[in-house]
Amino acid sequence: MRLEPRPAPGLPILLALPVGAILVTVVIASLLVLAAGASPLAVFGLVLKGAAGTQFALLETLTRATPLIFTGLAVAVAFRAKLWNIGAEAQLYAGAVATVVLGTGALPFPAPVLIPLLIIAAVMAGALLLLGPAILKTRFGVDEVVTTLLLNFIMLLFVSMLLEGVLKDPMGLGWPQSQKLIAEARLPRIITGKRLHYGFVLAIVSAVVVWIIMKKTALGYEMRAVGHNPTAARFAGIPVNLVLLKTAILSGGLAALAGFSEVAGLKGNLTLDLSPGFGYSGIVVAMLAMLNPLGVVAAAIFVAGIFVGADAMSRTAGVPSYIANVMVATALLTMVTAIMLTRFKVRWR
Amino acid sequence: MTEAFEILFTASFWVAAIRIASPLIFATMGELICERAGVLNLGIEGIMAAGAFAGWFTVYSGGDLWTGVAVAAATGAAFGLLHATLTVPLGLSQHVVGIGVTLLATSLTYFTYRLVLPEVTSPPKIEPFQPLPIPYLSDIPILGQALFSQTPLTYLAFVTVAVVAWGLYRTPLGLAVRAAGENPAAVESQGLSVTAIRIGAVMTGSALMAIGGAFLTMSAFNSFFFEMINGRGWICIALVVFGSWRPGKALVGAILFAAFDAYQIRLQQVTGGVVPYQLFLMLPYVLSILALVLVARRATYPKALMVPYQKGER
Amino acid sequence: MTSAHAPVLRLASITKRFGPLTANDSISFDLAAGEVIALLGENGAGKTTLMNILFGHYVADEGTVEVFGTALPPGDPRAALDAGVGMVHQHFTLADNMTVLENIALGTESPWRLSFDRRRATARIRALATDFGLEVDPAATIAALTVGERQRVEILKALYRDARILILDEPTAVLTPIETEALFATLRKLVAKGLSIIFISHKLNEVLAISDRVLVLRSGKLSGERRTAGATRQELAALMVGQEVNPPAVPEVARGPVLLKLYGVSTGRNGTRQRLDDVSLKLIGGEITGLAGVSGNGQAALADLIAGLEKPVAGTVEIADQTVDDWSPRTALSAGIARIPEDRHAVGTIGDMSVAENVVIEQYRSPSFSKRGFLDWKAARSFAEELIRDYDVKCPSPEARIRLLSGGNMQKLILGRALDPDPSVILANQPTRGLDVGAISYVHGRLLAARQRGAAILLISEDLEEIMALSDRIIVMSKGRLSVPSARGERSVRDIAELMAGHG
Repeated sequence: MRLEPRPAPGLPILLALPVGAILVTVVIASLLVLAAGASPLAVFGLVLKGAAGTQFALLETLTRATPLIFTGLAVAVAFRAKLWNIGAEAQLYAGAVATVVLGTGALPFPAPVLIPLLIIAAVMAGALLLLGPAILKTRFGVDEVVTTLLLNFIMLLFVSMLLEGVLKDPMGLGWPQSQKLIAEARLPRIITGKRLHYGFVLAIVSAVVVWIIMKKTALGYEMRAVGHNPTAARFAGIPVNLVLLKTAILSGGLAALAGFSEVAGLKGNLTLDLSPGFGYSGIVVAMLAMLNPLGVVAAAIFVAGIFVGADAMSRTAGVPSYIANVMVATALLTMVTAIMLTRFKVRWR
Repeated sequence: MTEAFEILFTASFWVAAIRIASPLIFATMGELICERAGVLNLGIEGIMAAGAFAGWFTVYSGGDLWTGVAVAAATGAAFGLLHATLTVPLGLSQHVVGIGVTLLATSLTYFTYRLVLPEVTSPPKIEPFQPLPIPYLSDIPILGQALFSQTPLTYLAFVTVAVVAWGLYRTPLGLAVRAAGENPAAVESQGLSVTAIRIGAVMTGSALMAIGGAFLTMSAFNSFFFEMINGRGWICIALVVFGSWRPGKALVGAILFAAFDAYQIRLQQVTGGVVPYQLFLMLPYVLSILALVLVARRATYPKALMVPYQKGER
Repeated sequence: MTSAHAPVLRLASITKRFGPLTANDSISFDLAAGEVIALLGENGAGKTTLMNILFGHYVADEGTVEVFGTALPPGDPRAALDAGVGMVHQHFTLADNMTVLENIALGTESPWRLSFDRRRATARIRALATDFGLEVDPAATIAALTVGERQRVEILKALYRDARILILDEPTAVLTPIETEALFATLRKLVAKGLSIIFISHKLNEVLAISDRVLVLRSGKLSGERRTAGATRQELAALMVGQEVNPPAVPEVARGPVLLKLYGVSTGRNGTRQRLDDVSLKLIGGEITGLAGVSGNGQAALADLIAGLEKPVAGTVEIADQTVDDWSPRTALSAGIARIPEDRHAVGTIGDMSVAENVVIEQYRSPSFSKRGFLDWKAARSFAEELIRDYDVKCPSPEARIRLLSGGNMQKLILGRALDPDPSVILANQPTRGLDVGAISYVHGRLLAARQRGAAILLISEDLEEIMALSDRIIVMSKGRLSVPSARGERSVRDIAELMAGHG
């Protein structure tokens, strides 16, 4: 078997392969549904209804998509420069911690001042957290995959320590949770009485800004060059290590915004279950979007829809909601295969 | 302070260290085989979870313990085949596929667990492997007690290290595996298939990772619960680097690491809650990062690690 | 030596296409027992592809390979090895972390055996080594061997498997003239034992020295066949190139000032690569300085130094009489040094980015391409279009991924990118390797034009004829040191070869 580059894949191939990837994912999920003794058609119907069938479902999906857009952007930016940031989960918590530390009364400012300050603080916290592994990579040649992964565990323990220590809510009946943010630190809801908040708008704006950075600026160009061929980039005079550090700041900052937005927009305080793996799902979102920042928005809504829909479905159909995680992971693998097949064709001899 | 020091001279401490090391030894050997053949297997964390569940569930549904180990290994090999199919002949990014396999294996495991045990709140227990003291040897103070009063699965871990070391350095197959990770063209020019060797290595390695996971549910503990791998897989990747891709050094690394882990657990008790326990729990991860930094400068990676190979390329 | 016996090897109408390119076009020939065939052709003529098909690395689209009357199954190196075909690749196929013995024994025993007999294998290797003059220590690690020794290991690999047909792909490219003589002695011994040899080369004198018969390949086709005994250099050269090759005309140019000066420069260790050892060099405006040498003698380190990739650990770099302190690719570029890298694919271009993105990569920070951190893609595109037109590049559009271009067109773009800012110093590292004749003379023409304009050019090449034809001064590099420069025509080829070998 050999792989031969396709000079320029036609539109049919560009469309057929991702559709094929989704189809394979659905088939595999159907098998699991059958194993659970339910009807795939009914189950997928319930998932769809739970994700987008009602206004409530749709808003819930968008609410869930918000942190995924941020983590998806964080991963997309980093992977573009081949900085393997698998630590969006930790950076998310770093952003949440910064938000809680400064947003529970330490800074007595009105909302228009306080919220931008919290955003800056969160971004700095996330950026700093990823700068560590990035510096270890550029200075000492330590593989960032393992360091960012391990930092996820360290960060969670650190948050746990804070929530049982200095950040513990004295009124929390002993639960490991922080105090609530002051009202000036909260992001308002987009529709009164619904959960969707202005974090979603911030996410969309971030996606557009990242798209502009990647497409139009020298930094975006440098990041792509470093990602595709660091040797050639270095030869041409691009300061590869500096670009990687800048990438780390951007990526870590974006992931931290997920933490800020969840705390300030949705939860109001910090708990240990703030993120059910948004950092890891961000990898899937980024890959499904083929690392395109605007695609990240669509992919995040798609992935969020699967999670929200599966939650709703499992309450009635008795199929474990983990089927959503299986589908998302399968979609990741089928999608990267499909992307490869748009660029290469397989010859069987 | 003396109390903290005396821990090091108790047999129970070293027994615990070896027990903690056992799953790491299996998984580290598994990762080492994959990487020696040129494939970084980031599926390790998920494969360990799948192995932990598969082994435990086999015994829970009436199989005997060794059947459980075999089922765990087969499960691991299956995920290894998936990983290898995508990364070796198709040449996809080993980073992305590895993370994907971890997510898939973990979620499939949780899904299956919920499917077969929908209602349970506290995880059901099985009768795990029991310690099997080796006559006479286990009477030697401290060292003998630590090494020779373990469960059969721990003995298997040590045997695995010996087999992997012999296999890599003394057999024709091991030569081919090492060459595939260094310069695949050397393998192909001698008429062997790089693809076959790499797929085989990843499957074998993944089977070992899964046994490492199964150790947790079948020897260290007696039930399966979520998040039980808890980063052990990632730590094993650091251990492979720390061990310079050599089985013996990686074994020493795993035991050292486990000793630190066992020590911090005891230190928690000694310090009696003055220091937050989370700081102790962080130690293993911090230690892994430190180990990586220490060896990074002089680490000699297998030259073809993470480099996909196409036939006829030189 | 040929006889009425059946041929040991028969290639019948082998055709191989890579996309639009036909690398081998219906090639047929026979090889007799004890015969040495030379496969002559320029870089890119299809020699290596043909041998890779024979050895089973590639599968031909059409045609068959027969060894001792039996057809080889396509795409199976194992079958080729078992049939008695051995191949010494141009780029060695050895695992550096393993010993000579392990590399040779690899794949020769059933993989399921629990151990292998090192003692027996060692004895066998030693015996072969003494029989054929291939001395090498079986217990040594490959990483510790010289290039010449590594090549011996490659030959031993084939002999250990009882090869009857030995293919050598450009075996002399990495050897000093002395080592080449030793290789030829070994080959003669092998032929005396009845082995047949295919010797791939683009060097005429070697082909004439070693072969019985010469097959000439040109752009994938067999363009001619001659018995070596009656063949002349001119005749073979014409067959190889397909047209009269006129050496480029090198007009007289007034000498300019010294534009780049290295004084006592040494570089640090970098893996197994040869470092620079106390190198002094002047590049003068209006001059092409040719750097000759066997590859691996420090050319790469010198090129990286001038390109700004490597910093000197001792000595000074002076550009236009100014000592440079902070040395990097960016400072090299802003000092007016143009760089044409040795490897167009890995270093010169970013294959997955467009032509436009590739041509601005050295200048994107200049005001003509970016403002306040935002890139002006319109300007980049029109710059790319300008280069495509001026440098006669065949390319669908500035948006096309540069990976899809042929080597020659890629090189023209690199040349255009480098020469556009009117550089004062030009580093041309193997600028014509792998190009066809047309592209080569184009590159030469552009370099000579730059010389005319007063640029100082350092031409690094393994092709001695290229060096001799273009250079105003020739310097020879050996073991990280430079010889005293000689003016055009001052030293003979033989003198230069001596210097390349590290003598004199």
